[in-house]
Amino acid sequence: MAMSETAGSISRTWARVRLLRESPVGMIGALLVVFWVLVAIFAPIISPFDPNSNDMDALIEPGPNAIHWFGTDMQGRDILARVIWGSRTVLTVAPVAVAVAYAIGSLLGLLAGYYRGWVDNLINRVSDIILSFPAIVLYIIVIMRFGPSALNIILAVIFIASPQIMRIVRGMTLELREREYIAAAKMRGESTFYIMFVEILPNARGPLIVDACLRMGYTTIAIGVLGFLGLGLPPPDPDWGGMVKDSYALMSIFPHMSLFPAAAITSLVVGFSLLADGMREISMRD
Amino acid sequence: MLAFFLKRLASLVFTMLVVSALVFAAFEFTPGQVATKVLGPFSTQDQRDRLMEELGLNRPVYERYFEWLGVLPGWAATSAADGKPTGRCVKPGVPAEETPRFCGVLQGELGYSTLYKMPVNDIIWDRLGNTLILASLAFAVMVPLSILLGISAGMREGSKLDRTISVASIVTTSVPEFASGVFLASIFVIGLGWLPGTAPLDAGAGWPIALQLVLPVAVIVLYDLGYVVRMVRASMVEVMTRPYIRTAILKGLTFRDVILKHALRNAMIAPFTVILLQINYMITGVVVVEAVFAYPGFGRMLLDSALSQDVATVQAASLFAVLVSVCTQIAGDLGYMMLNPRIRFS
Repeated sequence: MAMSETAGSISRTWARVRLLRESPVGMIGALLVVFWVLVAIFAPIISPFDPNSNDMDALIEPGPNAIHWFGTDMQGRDILARVIWGSRTVLTVAPVAVAVAYAIGSLLGLLAGYYRGWVDNLINRVSDIILSFPAIVLYIIVIMRFGPSALNIILAVIFIASPQIMRIVRGMTLELREREYIAAAKMRGESTFYIMFVEILPNARGPLIVDACLRMGYTTIAIGVLGFLGLGLPPPDPDWGGMVKDSYALMSIFPHMSLFPAAAITSLVVGFSLLADGMREISMRD
Repeated sequence: MLAFFLKRLASLVFTMLVVSALVFAAFEFTPGQVATKVLGPFSTQDQRDRLMEELGLNRPVYERYFEWLGVLPGWAATSAADGKPTGRCVKPGVPAEETPRFCGVLQGELGYSTLYKMPVNDIIWDRLGNTLILASLAFAVMVPLSILLGISAGMREGSKLDRTISVASIVTTSVPEFASGVFLASIFVIGLGWLPGTAPLDAGAGWPIALQLVLPVAVIVLYDLGYVVRMVRASMVEVMTRPYIRTAILKGLTFRDVILKHALRNAMIAPFTVILLQINYMITGVVVVEAVFAYPGFGRMLLDSALSQDVATVQAASLFAVLVSVCTQIAGDLGYMMLNPRIRFS
């Protein structure tokens, strides 16, 4: 029973992946995302240099050449290596932040939508307050107060994204809780916990997966923006936004220093957005 | 309608009170750090205590919050050193009898900026004015363009034009502002040399101010456009499936008339709120654009003051940003009600 169920869900997942082929846009998105995930995983193998080592000879001619394909930065560090290792930063911080935000946001959304009444009121009031801050203001306050670090960036993203996710899950819970299979589960005497996590949440997954994918893109932008504004990860470890910040003033002389990291972050975010669009298209079809 | 408005107004006051308490608490909960920052890490505890007393920082946090807000009179004392009156509201050069009792945010006293070395009031309004110029220009370009593109895409769902506009808007929204700044600058500043790479709003820089504004406006529009286009498109697609559109087509109206006279108006109701909320993004979201182009605006002020731990300026700017955001939300709700008769009369 359990075996065949697992097999069934695997084949359904495969069916979805195959469906993605029918959406060329979604496929391009998926390829871009997979490309960067592979780059991040194999960074130690494919990176031509240590991202923090300085090649002092390259300082004279920092542009792209046969040794340093993407050129070097003002400290003689290889830009290709820094772009490659920078993908690791983004692809660890963003998934962790989005996953935790989803855990918190889903739980709160389920509680608010299922119990309604004062629980709903309380959760909504607190969310309204957080959401009344423009995101960038909240990021600036949190990072200024607690200092720039990977953990603080993750916490800031969670703080801002959880109420937004809560609203989506709450809306879907309000709708789903009226379905017959929920009434049936109640009749069987299932616990509230079971109903929320086994009956409601899996049935809300379609829009949530699309949202999660889009949110990965937003979070990637947020991490890049924080880096660009000087509120990101402390040096020397590479992050794409920080690389642009360090070299932007020299754009007119050495454009390659800003262009490569800017292109890297753009391709990853475009990948997430196109993938989300492809999945939305497919989920609307069935 | 009025009841709704009053309810929203009450919730605005409530939100602003909580937000002000949060913004205050975020920085003022541990005033000991202030003393350490001023006196350096090698000061003695005794020195720090004395400075805290002089600055009025030794009192409970809620008292300081209400004074900062301006609902409690500012603290007043007599200086132990020279017997002169000191206190929160005492300013050098202002005689004791003219010193106000209350001097908080509600009285328009936003504090002293440690970064700009002047009262926050003297800097924040100029900066807001500059951002308003940038934001209104971007808004003036973005709104007609997004409506045009959204309507063109949504009037024939699934057409080539629709797919092209939709995918293009997904892509442009996915380019971070600093990255599109880099791309546009490498084309128009470095490659073609048509535009300046910075916008200090200073004609002495060799470029007319109108040209300085082109790239910042372009980056904002590029980033913001796609989202609004997709909202307009979705609404248009929805309207096009309604029976009255089919009736209009079947009774022999030209497609042009169906779109312009029947669909357009109804398709604009839902995106109205979305468009209004973009004001919110324009005021604060411009932080990045202003940083890219060295534009002397509100967002850059917020960023610079945050980077140099200028608490008074960050507090004032955050409060203002939240106020704008909450007000645009209420305006959006009200506008939505006025546009939609079904809600207006129920």
